[in-house]
Amino acid sequence: MTTAPRASPFSALFDLSWARVFAVFLKELVQMRRDRPTFAIMIMMPVMQLVLFGYAINTDPRHLPAVVEMREDGPMTRAFLASLTQSTYVDIVAVTHRAEDGEAMIRAGQATFLISIPEGFERRLVRGERPQILIAADASDPVAAGGALAAVQQVAAQAFAPEFQGSLAFLAPAPPPYEIVVHRRYNPAGVTSFNIVPALLGVILTMTMVMITSIALTRETERGTMENLLATPVRPAEVMIGKTTPYVFVGAIQVAIVLIVATLLFQIPFTGSFLAFLIAVTLFILANLMLGYLISTVARTQMQAMQMTFFIFLPSILLSGFMFPFRAMPAWAQVIGEALPITHFLRIVREIVLKGAGLPDVIGDLWPLTVILLVLATLALLRFRRTLD
Amino acid sequence: MSDTVIDVRGLTKRFGDRTVVDHFDLQVPRGAIYGFLGPNGSGKTTTIRMVCGLLKPESGDGEVLGFDVLRESLKIKERVGYMTQRFSLYEDLSIRENLEFISRLYGLDRRAERVDASLADLGLIERQGQLAGKLSGGWKQRLALAACMIHEPELLLLDEPTAGVDPKARRDFWDAIRRYSAQGVTTLVSTHYMDEAVQCDSIAYIAYGKKLIDSPTADIPKQIGLYGWRVAGRPLMRAQELLEQSPGVELVARFGAEIHACGKGPAALERAVRAVKAAEPHVEIAPIEAGFEEIFIYLMSGAMDNFQ
Repeated sequence: MTTAPRASPFSALFDLSWARVFAVFLKELVQMRRDRPTFAIMIMMPVMQLVLFGYAINTDPRHLPAVVEMREDGPMTRAFLASLTQSTYVDIVAVTHRAEDGEAMIRAGQATFLISIPEGFERRLVRGERPQILIAADASDPVAAGGALAAVQQVAAQAFAPEFQGSLAFLAPAPPPYEIVVHRRYNPAGVTSFNIVPALLGVILTMTMVMITSIALTRETERGTMENLLATPVRPAEVMIGKTTPYVFVGAIQVAIVLIVATLLFQIPFTGSFLAFLIAVTLFILANLMLGYLISTVARTQMQAMQMTFFIFLPSILLSGFMFPFRAMPAWAQVIGEALPITHFLRIVREIVLKGAGLPDVIGDLWPLTVILLVLATLALLRFRRTLD
Repeated sequence: MSDTVIDVRGLTKRFGDRTVVDHFDLQVPRGAIYGFLGPNGSGKTTTIRMVCGLLKPESGDGEVLGFDVLRESLKIKERVGYMTQRFSLYEDLSIRENLEFISRLYGLDRRAERVDASLADLGLIERQGQLAGKLSGGWKQRLALAACMIHEPELLLLDEPTAGVDPKARRDFWDAIRRYSAQGVTTLVSTHYMDEAVQCDSIAYIAYGKKLIDSPTADIPKQIGLYGWRVAGRPLMRAQELLEQSPGVELVARFGAEIHACGKGPAALERAVRAVKAAEPHVEIAPIEAGFEEIFIYLMSGAMDNFQ
């Protein structure tokens, strides 16, 4: 009797038959082609998500509704309100003379701001009594109110400047003895879509790649084809490579679609190294495929696989720096974020697309991505059940 | 190479605290058609899966085709054709694509030629592009058999291959198996059909994970020693009730318009049958030879008593 060495996933890795890998690959490709609705979704989803989120999301909200409680109507207050409107941050939706009306509108969500101009404002202004303008903001959503509040304060300073001339010149504030110069680099106009659209590539790839491969093995188990597959001499690594490779191409198509739409529709400038981008996106697609594949080795049904996929989605969107600034998160949340492939990919893609980064600039996020990929692939191979146990 | 194709000893499999297969031994000689019988849930499928390396036994060892059943399952898989109880080919692949996929996995040369031959053998040349999922039950079985034969295995493991298949298709199926057997292919086949069981060279009977019988098919009636009487005529229902209450009658089975009463003690059985005749003079009685149907119904009812 001959004794074979104990089969480990690593020995299997070096004992690959590319013919068998190709067999699984081909079979998966045919199945994918037959499943037209899924294939259509994989191609259409990037376009729809890009258009939807690219246009819908704006972190610098403008035209927020404001109600003005006006106790006095004069040239100066009118000038102030006119500049507010011109700033485009605020739309004055109502002017009232009663405090209760303004409060009611804020509470009902009909207005984000309540601007109160007190009686005798102009008279006291001219006397140098520093009268107050009250701006009450609905700050329940900090992002929505933040930008506009900052703008309103600037607007106030500038609105009165034309009035503080001639005999009123003494009211004009003295300039500070210093000057702060601000450069908004890489996205000088602060266009949200410049930040969102390249990052959407990461979200789209995470969604499709993880979801598709999460059912790779569970589908075989549920349909009963796993038993036949395991009865053949196919190795776990061959199944893994053969089953995931077709989706590398799907991922590549999605990347192409996103790049085209980003350029044509959103005029995103692609300023950095395309080679670095290709390396990063390939690693990222592979990492996501392995993540999904790992799920499919754990889940027993397709339903479970879907639920586990969503368990990955939420942190991928919320803790990766896609929606909220990564640096603003507590340390433990940053640790979770660092373990997600998308976190590193987002940094890389924003650096390359917007900041013109080259390969050396993104190495710091390329190697964690590689480590994540290798860990996931190893875990998936270890988890693969060679028997029906 | 040894002429014992399957040689396993003490195979034991537990799922949780339930022992599904309990110290199972089996020796199958080359070229034999070995029938594997037993009631539902008796452990037939689990045993077959252990033999082809799909399940790891808790204990026991042995060799299949000369390879260690625990450590050389890949080598065994290359030489074994396993037909699963449930259709396990890809329903969204065509007939031809399924066969090509399987032949690629086995790394076969002259693939197109083999697939063509297999399709011709099946009589499926014209329908080769049809999706496997669209086939009827009988055709699915034939395709599955073709798929597990395409790499010319030395050993066929067939798990209830003819369940739910019409009589004509079953007959064709068994013709094919006998053809392979003549070519030296060994077959272990599980079935619930007695007409199929009698076509096997030997039969292993398993109940609740324990092998109770393992003999050449021809020896089994003698070994069990079951005697039978035929009871027909009216009132049959009444006769059946009387027989079921009689000591010495261990099995009362209805076959169409007659009853077969069986027991292991010929004298006690005859006394009981004659007593029924005395009570109901219109019924006809005659001694018969207990067939496989009676033997296995007897065994299965015995298994219930023993293990439940």
